[in-house]
Amino acid sequence: MKSCKTIALRLLLCASVSFPAGFAGAAASGTASLAEPPGTGGPPMLRRLTEAQYRATIADVFGPDIPVTARFERALRSEGLVAVGTSEAGLSAFALEQYDTAAGAIAAAVLAPERRERFVPCDSPPVQHFDPDCAAAFIERHGTRLFRRALEAEEATAWLDVARAAHTRLGDFYAALEFTLVGMLVAPDFLLRVEAVATTPAADGSPRLDAYSRATRLSYFLTGSAPDAGLLAAAGRGALDSPDGLAREVDRLMAGPRYEAAVREFFTDMLRFDLFDDLAKDPVIYPAFNSTVAADAQEQTLRTITGHLLAGEGDYRDLFTTRAAPLTRSLGIVYRQPVAVRNGWQEGEFSERSGRVGIQSHLSFLALHSHPGRSSPTLRGKAIREVFLCQHMPDPPVDVDFTGINDDTNAARPTARDRLQAHATETQCKACHVLMDPAGLALEYYDGLGAFRTRENGAEIDVSGALDAKSFAAASGLGTALAEHSQTTSCLVRRMYSFATGRRELPGERAYLEYLDATFAAAGYRVPALMRAIALSDAFYRIAPETNDEVATGHDVPAAGES
Amino acid sequence: MSKTNRRGFLRGALGGAAVGMGLPLLDAFLNDSGKAFAATGQRIPVRFGTWIWGCGFVPEKWIPTATGTDFDMPADLKPLEPYRDRLALFSGFDVRLDGVPNKPHVTGCLGLRTGIPVPNDRVAAPTLDVLIGDVIGRDTRFRSVEVSTSGIQRSYSFRAAGSANPSETSPLALYQRLFGEGFQDPNAAQFTPDPRTMVHKSVLSAVTEDRQRLMRSVGADDRRRLDEYFTAVRTLENQLALQLEPPAPVENFTLPDAPEDVVVDSEMEHVMETHRLMAGLLARALQCNQTRVFNVLLSDTTSNLRRRGSSTTHHTLTHEEPVNPELGYQEQVGWFASQSMLAWRDFLDALDAIPEGDGTLLDNCLVLAHSDCSIAKSHAVEGIPTMVAGNAGGRVRTGYHLAGNADPISRIGLTVQQAMGLPVERWGTNSMATDRSIPELFG
Repeated sequence: MKSCKTIALRLLLCASVSFPAGFAGAAASGTASLAEPPGTGGPPMLRRLTEAQYRATIADVFGPDIPVTARFERALRSEGLVAVGTSEAGLSAFALEQYDTAAGAIAAAVLAPERRERFVPCDSPPVQHFDPDCAAAFIERHGTRLFRRALEAEEATAWLDVARAAHTRLGDFYAALEFTLVGMLVAPDFLLRVEAVATTPAADGSPRLDAYSRATRLSYFLTGSAPDAGLLAAAGRGALDSPDGLAREVDRLMAGPRYEAAVREFFTDMLRFDLFDDLAKDPVIYPAFNSTVAADAQEQTLRTITGHLLAGEGDYRDLFTTRAAPLTRSLGIVYRQPVAVRNGWQEGEFSERSGRVGIQSHLSFLALHSHPGRSSPTLRGKAIREVFLCQHMPDPPVDVDFTGINDDTNAARPTARDRLQAHATETQCKACHVLMDPAGLALEYYDGLGAFRTRENGAEIDVSGALDAKSFAAASGLGTALAEHSQTTSCLVRRMYSFATGRRELPGERAYLEYLDATFAAAGYRVPALMRAIALSDAFYRIAPETNDEVATGHDVPAAGES
Repeated sequence: MSKTNRRGFLRGALGGAAVGMGLPLLDAFLNDSGKAFAATGQRIPVRFGTWIWGCGFVPEKWIPTATGTDFDMPADLKPLEPYRDRLALFSGFDVRLDGVPNKPHVTGCLGLRTGIPVPNDRVAAPTLDVLIGDVIGRDTRFRSVEVSTSGIQRSYSFRAAGSANPSETSPLALYQRLFGEGFQDPNAAQFTPDPRTMVHKSVLSAVTEDRQRLMRSVGADDRRRLDEYFTAVRTLENQLALQLEPPAPVENFTLPDAPEDVVVDSEMEHVMETHRLMAGLLARALQCNQTRVFNVLLSDTTSNLRRRGSSTTHHTLTHEEPVNPELGYQEQVGWFASQSMLAWRDFLDALDAIPEGDGTLLDNCLVLAHSDCSIAKSHAVEGIPTMVAGNAGGRVRTGYHLAGNADPISRIGLTVQQAMGLPVERWGTNSMATDRSIPELFG
């Protein structure tokens, strides 16, 4: 039996979800010239490369023809983002084994006879002879790119010793370079982004990241990859120290070909597309589901987002009301819309009849937040709040009894709405379900895969829904409510900043985040403008003095009564 | 206080310089009860593994009414009749929460494996399989091997909180990892160490030389993460070192064939097949010393198992299926619980199929099988069903049912570690803290 106290606590937990503090009226501050308020900064980070970053970095440094054959483990997600998980994830023996396998294949491909000339910076030295100058040049050229900084003299010497020792044993200059490269590719300096604090503070005396760490933060944020040669050179000569120099690099990166990849990486992370790896749909109930549909569904949403935000220079809020529908043949089957092209993508709009509006009505959202054999207004409503509004929904109570509520063969309760109605009578369920279910119920025209329907078990489906104070119907109503919700844009700001820094925002950064809210609003909610503002801000590079020597807190949670 | 010191000491000792401390003890154990291969005179190693199934059990179909050696086998245990002498059944042992909120399907599973219940995914690592692996698994190619058979890459084996030792989900990928590149046939007539392997190994040593510089440059949390990285590098170096020595010959070993490409997902029939294939491969890997430690996840703790054409999963059913008034339990949930025990028998069959010394591989294993809760519907962590199979080369006694009478389940974890030669006297926190091992379990 739940005590009244527990129920009260749960009500309070859920109530606080609806009204988080600190989001107040940022957009209201107008478009007057915005100045960045002083901030506290955070700790220097130690971040693991994500799979996407690893692949992009190898492709950038060595070319897209170099194979990456590792099997990457599932990424750790924290605070709603894998990007934050990279600052907490460890590196298991399995992971290193995989990195080592990948390193072997990459190094073999780079030093293969047909490619050597491209990567060994000297005139075809003989195989048997060890050429120290050539080896040193090889180490310096690739080491700088892979470690994202200039190599220290003794470090370069150590790698040269590795190459020399390998040559002594193997008698083959290229094999020696190959193993040296394997070493660099499994070194912590490559696999982990180890941020360093500058020996000289910023102009105002506060500590900040050193130039190479700043370049690396900037580069992974705006290109999803390691700094290119130009950015490393700029960092090396101190060009990032001046606002003009920094702005030049930021604008160059954002105009470059990899900027779109960074935007895709952010939304892939925010929309939790990594969960597609575990997604299962029952083949009897949803025979149309297969891995092509799963891949195309993600791509459809990412195309919609980049098309709208980048090519169309659109307002972020309009993503919830756009009817744009890039389609493939496989998707056309589920969406029941004809697709003329046999292969590839066809631009178009969702049919009026389907009622689809906004990315929340895409398969990538509907299928991901459903059960294997049926839809789930609760899971969808939870995702609406967690993904788009940055709210956190608590776990269900431990001793909850759902019996009869969701039995979808129950003739007396043919639709999900009927079944969920039972929650309304249970006080302990109601507190949280009232926040989740109404938003999800508006999407009930779409089954567990996301296909359109109007009836469930023969009964007509009612798609009226609500989100906080607003009532509406269907996906379009939900889209408008999301577009107008006060937390939609501030959620994106906070996610974007966390994505950039690899951590959640800190208490001392509230004023800074409100400045970003205002900047985003002033720019008509253009996402590139937000990203540019972050990249140019002091706060992005500032290090809090006290966090540099952080207290040993650990991940371990002390058992109750011990702390 | 005592907890911090003890665990801190243990972690430091295992992760750092005094890493060999467990070994003399292990040898001492073996002198008493170790067995040897008749032909080669080599000592047979003991192996340790865990086998997890999700969403608990139906008590009336699982818990024997009698305790001791003369116990009955209720319906779900019936298929395990051939193994009754090689199984120890534990009922009524609790994960004690001490006010820690019970995160459904997580707190119980991790509490059992660490002795410390946590309210979220921040496991109080390392889990006991890692502690044991650091002692018995150091001389093998892989420190441990993890598999998950229901298509989900999840694992409850943690060296540090931020990273589980991830599971293989495909039999083919498992085969390639174990018996593909880098595998040496233990019975090959010729052995020539590969100079490239020597160079590869020395390159890894060079990578670790920078350890101090990096450790100094980061905060305490990140030092732990870096420490995990360097432990992983040492493990990899060790793997390569083993490839430079001729492998010890193994009796009755034949290289398994690559498994057929099967459908890997959460449908029960597919899971049973995937599990059978992976169990067979794992048994072969244990036989030829590729690893001595393993963790098998039949189904995740929020079990995603399902029947073809059904709109609900095992876990969802535990909450939504009405109790069948005639049976007195949830019928479909019960079906999955029964299937899980059939899979457990398949697993024991795989270990028992491999002759070793004067018995089988199973006799030289200690497999700890457990779920994450007892009655999934209420997420109860009291009386989580737990079993020990195999005799660990004589170190462990089986063939009985023991009722825990609400004792902390950490008693089982403590005993298992001691049986594996770990110098641990006390394990767990608060009312899970115990120095009372289970005398019945010692051989």
